Amino acid sequence: MSTIAANKRGFGSALWDYITTVDHKKIAILYLVAGGFFFLLGGLEALAIRWQLIQPMNDFVSAGFYNELITMHGTTMIFLAAMPLIFAFMNAVVPLQIGARDVAFPFLNSLGFWLFFFGGIMLNVGWFTGGAADAGWTAYAPLSTTSAGEGVDYYVLGLQISGAGTLIAGINFLVTIVNMRAPGMTYMRMPLFTWTTFVVSALILFAFPALTVGLFLMMFDRLFGAGFFNADMGGNSVIWQHLFWIFGHPEVYILILPAFGIFSEIISTFSKKRLFGYTAMVFATVLIGFLGFMVWAHHMFTVGMGPAANAIFAVATMAIAVPTGIKIFNWLFTLWGGNIKLTTAMLWTLAFIPTFTLGGMTGVMLAAATADYQYHDSYFVVAHFHYVIVGGVVFGLFAGLHYWWPKMFGTMLNEKLGKLTFWLFFIGFHLTFFIQHFLGLMGMPRRYWVYLEDQNLDLGNFISTIGALMMGLGTIVLLYNIVLTCIKGEKVGGDPWDGRTLEWAISSPAPFYNFKQTPLIRGLDALWVEKSEGRKGLTPAEPLGDIHMPNGSILPIIMSFGFFVAGFGFIYQKYDLSWLTLIFIGMGISLATMLIRSVKDDLGFHIHKEDLDKEAGE
Amino acid sequence: MSDQDILNPKHMPHNPEKATLEGKNKFIGFWFFLGGETVLFASLFGTYLALRNSVNDGKSSEELFGLGLVFIMTMLLLTSSLTSVYAMYHMKNNDFKKMQLWLGITVALGLGFLACEIYEFYHYIHGYHFTMRSSAFGSAFYTLVGFHGGHVVFGLLWIVSLMIRNAKRGLNLYNAPKYYIASLYWHFIDVVWVFIFTVVYLMGVL
Repeated sequence: MSTIAANKRGFGSALWDYITTVDHKKIAILYLVAGGFFFLLGGLEALAIRWQLIQPMNDFVSAGFYNELITMHGTTMIFLAAMPLIFAFMNAVVPLQIGARDVAFPFLNSLGFWLFFFGGIMLNVGWFTGGAADAGWTAYAPLSTTSAGEGVDYYVLGLQISGAGTLIAGINFLVTIVNMRAPGMTYMRMPLFTWTTFVVSALILFAFPALTVGLFLMMFDRLFGAGFFNADMGGNSVIWQHLFWIFGHPEVYILILPAFGIFSEIISTFSKKRLFGYTAMVFATVLIGFLGFMVWAHHMFTVGMGPAANAIFAVATMAIAVPTGIKIFNWLFTLWGGNIKLTTAMLWTLAFIPTFTLGGMTGVMLAAATADYQYHDSYFVVAHFHYVIVGGVVFGLFAGLHYWWPKMFGTMLNEKLGKLTFWLFFIGFHLTFFIQHFLGLMGMPRRYWVYLEDQNLDLGNFISTIGALMMGLGTIVLLYNIVLTCIKGEKVGGDPWDGRTLEWAISSPAPFYNFKQTPLIRGLDALWVEKSEGRKGLTPAEPLGDIHMPNGSILPIIMSFGFFVAGFGFIYQKYDLSWLTLIFIGMGISLATMLIRSVKDDLGFHIHKEDLDKEAGE
Repeated sequence: MSDQDILNPKHMPHNPEKATLEGKNKFIGFWFFLGGETVLFASLFGTYLALRNSVNDGKSSEELFGLGLVFIMTMLLLTSSLTSVYAMYHMKNNDFKKMQLWLGITVALGLGFLACEIYEFYHYIHGYHFTMRSSAFGSAFYTLVGFHGGHVVFGLLWIVSLMIRNAKRGLNLYNAPKYYIASLYWHFIDVVWVFIFTVVYLMGVL
């Protein structure tokens, strides 16, 4: 029998399958599981932070440990939870939405995941070796360059490794979308999630190298005695801030734009309407992506760049409200007169619109440079970015999870439990963060581990902590829902939502070659076009033929492991040069696997058309 | 038709690097990658420009740099870019031997450049006690120029492994894109050097 026979396999071979896979759908599941794990970890850190702040002068954690908690909460949530979860959906959906059999570089897809995975582990190793990173997720120098121990070293090396994985993933999606679209899938027929993936990949490509350089400079300062950020040697610590935010500001759009894409798909599907103002939505996405690079210094208004620079960056920042407003109105107009179905995914989406608008409004407030001197480093900022990142990105991820779960796993998450999660999390979220605006305006600075009694901060902090516990409860219900669905979830067909885009035209989960015949795309909402003309499936663009598929490979995990090993060498050689051996071993492993990849031909394999017929007959 | 037949057609197309989907993907993907590399070097240049006068008590660029050696290095690298163009010209004409020959010359010129750079660093370190730890300027100089040098080393390893791997089997549609993007990488290294020459060395002595 051919290679497509799906046999019952043991745990060992399933594990081997996943660590060698280059299939975008399996890599999506890897991203989902790993990102979900780090999301729980970051959530526990958040709960510890809130528990410390539940009452004045609390002593639940020490000051030093509190610093580690806030640093690792931010870093984990941004780099190890939000990004990979977004990549999970990109991998699961984008190739299907454009009618492709896989991404452009399946091997690199796997490499990107494993680099992220080992980088994430590296970041967290610090917990066990005397303290994790404690200089804030922004790691401002000289606080970070003088921080004792190895915590910040793990931050630097961990982010360097996982950042390389992200860059690789970004390039992969760019090429996939440029080169692998099915016939007829013009750019202006691409679903909005694909569009946002495209723009976000470009942002990754141009933003991450700035972080790479910033991390290298910090690594050289901390580990090799360089003086980039050391004023004693003539260095300048503001350089780190610039490099970090040249990356960091596009990064927040890297996070939010895919969420916008997810919401656009969901609103359109559950309103039974074409997305209102599709062209304007695409334009707004591109414009947000472009402006995202022009505003990094609004994080640095209080550094002392001078009134001219502050004014320019303030105005540029406020300009972003325009395309974002275009999007908000287009979503509202899509809902208008639609046949609205309140599924869990739709609930998250509807909750997102007002929540995100609030976050956007405080964003414009913060953009006013003069007023920012008052808000800077206060809980007002904390409230703002949680409104956009949780209210935007996390809501989007939850919505996407409920929406695409059937496509990824072939089962349906329980809608009742989903709605319970939604209400717990949604109310908990606003309890936690709405009050923080006022705590900030009353002068509570961020990143402080205690506050004094009778400063009018007690009640607000108490309410905030209760809200955080509710969010935790909501997450537990979601976990229960996932476990329940995995054990006895109801099987669903290929198109449980009466969808509009290509991914709903094939079975759930998708066959590993995706489309038996590459489809012909005849309009925006390609599947809907076919449905509205009374057809059941897609119009094929080619006769049934052999399908070329890539081979799996164990090399990506080994290559990533090599860098992981070398990372320890880089860190500990600062105490004892004999650790240099570890650098040679680690880099040797990585370079050797690269060489093997280069010299060993990998032509992939073919699924023969007879086997495809046979499978269809079964 | 088997994969081997497809990859070894009787008549090689004029652009063998872009004749297959894999080739097209590699071609455009590598251009994107170079876009990212541009930001990487732009960040390093920005850092260097900010710190190039922060010499502390150490040596300054006027005391260190000599344009003679840098001129030789520039000539070596620029010429190697030209020879890699010749190699790609022969690839398009399906003349494998000449392609390998010109790539060999490219590698030799690249090695010459690398030798000069190693000598230069050695000279600064031992002759002037100017290291990465001397001043912020030292850190920025060695990092920017060193990153470029690291790219040269990687590029040489890459081209040499391609040449050895394919020495016996000749050109086909599987390895043509590999050769092509390696030459793209080599050009990029050359372009970066032009900026290093201007920003670091010329602006450093003038």
